[in-house]
Amino acid sequence: MTIKHHISDALLMDYASGNLSEGWSLAVATHLALCPACRRRLAAMEGAAGALFDKITAQEPVTTSDWEKMKARIAAAPGGQGDIAVAERPPIAGYSARPAATGVIPEPLRSYLGGDVDTLKWRALGRGAYQIRIDTGDPATQVRLLKIPAGRPVPEHTHEGRELTLVLSGSFRDGNDLFARGDLEEADGDLLHTPTATEDEDCICLAVTEAPLKFSSWIVRLIQPVLKI
Amino acid sequence: MNATVSISAGTCHNNDKPACRPVSRVKHGLKMKRTDRYLADQDLSPAELSRLLTAVGQERSVEAFETIFRYYGPRVRSFMAMKTRDAQLAEELMQETMTAVWNKAVQFDPARGNVSAWIFTIARNLRIDAFRRKRPVFDENDPVFVADNAPAADVELEGRQDAELLREAMESLPAEQLDVLRRAFFDEASHSTIAEDMGIPLGTVKSRIRLAFDKLRTALEGRR
Repeated sequence: MTIKHHISDALLMDYASGNLSEGWSLAVATHLALCPACRRRLAAMEGAAGALFDKITAQEPVTTSDWEKMKARIAAAPGGQGDIAVAERPPIAGYSARPAATGVIPEPLRSYLGGDVDTLKWRALGRGAYQIRIDTGDPATQVRLLKIPAGRPVPEHTHEGRELTLVLSGSFRDGNDLFARGDLEEADGDLLHTPTATEDEDCICLAVTEAPLKFSSWIVRLIQPVLKI
Repeated sequence: MNATVSISAGTCHNNDKPACRPVSRVKHGLKMKRTDRYLADQDLSPAELSRLLTAVGQERSVEAFETIFRYYGPRVRSFMAMKTRDAQLAEELMQETMTAVWNKAVQFDPARGNVSAWIFTIARNLRIDAFRRKRPVFDENDPVFVADNAPAADVELEGRQDAELLREAMESLPAEQLDVLRRAFFDEASHSTIAEDMGIPLGTVKSRIRLAFDKLRTALEGRR
């Protein structure tokens, strides 16, 4: 698996700084689970934040009483001072020497869905497509899992603001670009695009949008309120 | 007792904006009687910090932890105050962060990054929790997780070198790029807020972010 479409710097930095809301973060974190290259970029950004941390010229040093308070706190902490014998450092996870990945939907998304692809309860979206709405605590985004039948387009749509689409299985084409497992498409508002699932298999993807999608086909628009899409 | 928060490389463009206002009067339970500058302003090297935190994790060394606390405590407090604008809350979040540093020290792996980056992520996560927000994260132990293929030894060497290279590369960034990074990381400002505060177009904010990270990446790749 070679991922070709990655998280942009601006988006990744928002995630690194803790400035990205839950809905968008879900797509970013799920891409990160599949993409070692972006995890290295994230680590570099956190490293940059650390370097800035060193440069904070704090005018107010901690006092002896601050330290006494701190010392009391760590002594009371579970597994506090002297409580742990020489603890073992956990092995470096995420690097080689482990079995190949199995399953389709990685964490954190899988927990939001309550299971992997074989357990999902899809709802018909019309034109052969299916969806599952994913609840988050983030009112600014709409998060859905979409299943687009092989060779069929996602209903033609424009959207307000940003849209993130992460492919989890199968692939789709958008213009000249091919998006396969792990690829993340970052689209801006006003873009009228027609992602189309490739012929070989159904495409399952995570779609995060800012506002409800506005389908430009009048039939779909007519039934949109009924289907609650 | 006034505390001003500033970052040596950052510049304040507009002093009447909240993002630039100095955080005033950080209160303490007791008045500071003596100038207790022990190590607080001293520049500890990444290697030294790494050694100290490893001693905290592996030997539960209170002495090593005191040095770390005196070095990072004021920094974490400033970091918290930038977002919260509340000295008492900032103080509490600092104590919480440093307690977490003590408790999680055993998980610190010097091969995977530097101490400052590690403590930044702990502080960031506690700040997010304090505002009752959620930030989903990947799970390295998940069977679906795609591991890095690089040999562990290479990764370890790179991790050590990266810390030094990043530090050097950050020194060479233009002030305007550093300023954007600082606002994004510390004030938790959105790109549009940064653009507004600095009086520059949104596109300029984004291009400064891109230029800064291009430069940092080039510095890291130069090593390979």
